[in-house]
Amino acid sequence: MYDAGKIVPGLVLFLAVVTFPFWLNVANGTSSAAPKLELPKGYTRCVEATPVMRATHMELLNRWRDLAVRHANRVFTNSNGQRYVRSLTGTCLGCHRDKKQFCDRCHGYMGVTPYCWNCHVAPKGGAQ
Amino acid sequence: MSLDRRGFFKLAGLIAAGTAGATALPAIDQGHQAGPEPVPSHALHGKRWAMVVDLAVCRQHPGCHACIDACNTAHNIPQIPDPRHEIKWIWEEPFDNAFPSKKTPFIKPELAAGPVLLLCNHCDNPPCVRVCPTQATWKREDGVVMMDWHRCIGCRYCMAACPYGSRSFNWVDPRPYITHINPDFPTRERGVVEKCDLCQERLAIGKPPLCVEACPYQALTFGDLADEHAPVRKLLDERISIRRKPSLGTEPQVYYLV
Repeated sequence: MYDAGKIVPGLVLFLAVVTFPFWLNVANGTSSAAPKLELPKGYTRCVEATPVMRATHMELLNRWRDLAVRHANRVFTNSNGQRYVRSLTGTCLGCHRDKKQFCDRCHGYMGVTPYCWNCHVAPKGGAQ
Repeated sequence: MSLDRRGFFKLAGLIAAGTAGATALPAIDQGHQAGPEPVPSHALHGKRWAMVVDLAVCRQHPGCHACIDACNTAHNIPQIPDPRHEIKWIWEEPFDNAFPSKKTPFIKPELAAGPVLLLCNHCDNPPCVRVCPTQATWKREDGVVMMDWHRCIGCRYCMAACPYGSRSFNWVDPRPYITHINPDFPTRERGVVEKCDLCQERLAIGKPPLCVEACPYQALTFGDLADEHAPVRKLLDERISIRRKPSLGTEPQVYYLV
């Protein structure tokens, strides 16, 4: 490699500048401040295991949407053989009654704005 | 530093492949299970759903809007004062407007008197379905002309195609015009077309359309035309029925008993 003496320090400097915000967060101790979700009280498990739901709930919901609306196929059998109705407002929001303390915290942290709520009615939260 | 150009690209490729592999997610709910898909056993199944409206009963109860009110409340239908923006699923029109081809002088006065109940005809040959560019509307196997509001892009081709004015467009955000939002049913948003969906959400849990249930005088009858013992078939056998604009060939499936 020609001019390694200039290129390598240049690359190191570039990486340092680009990753500066991350290092700053580490220095401030805010890097691991993941959003704290308020789980629905009285329920121990979701329709699938928590890591699966955390990673793929959006894909699951898209599937549910298409199968329920377009194919009138409304019964979901999860990996444990338990059956649930494919319904955002019925099944999901039946337990997750507080959108602000659950959905919004993560979505806000990730900077995503799903448009589910333009039409689907969020529960009032808290009560029940 | 002994890394040559070739080696650099190899290393970069390996790193990229490793990163992509680590972030791959498990696929869930592919919609097909080992056995046949379980269906709620209590859902109503039909081959050709249809609605029969007894205009004679409606005529006896002028001013009764039980069916319309029930539908509006359950389906979060906004009440927008500006008629250019109004949203209609089930509504009333004068006889001459509902049946323009039946307009004739000296018709039996009671026939032409009183408004006619209108809703989506759930046509057997629905022109709205033919023109939808995104397949946001389609005819289900049981005859319901269904809409997927998720997929509607608001082009309004379907509204131009529908000869019955059964489709409404949300020109404005409907939510401020809904007095009491029913949380169990979605609202719509600006830029989406909507219409009567024959209460497919109720058929799925074994209930007839809400307007049928809400009518205190049984003016509306819902049933499967493919079932020769269905009450709808009996009514059509015994009474004289008309349909809206049958000459257009859309095969409307709302029948009016005169």
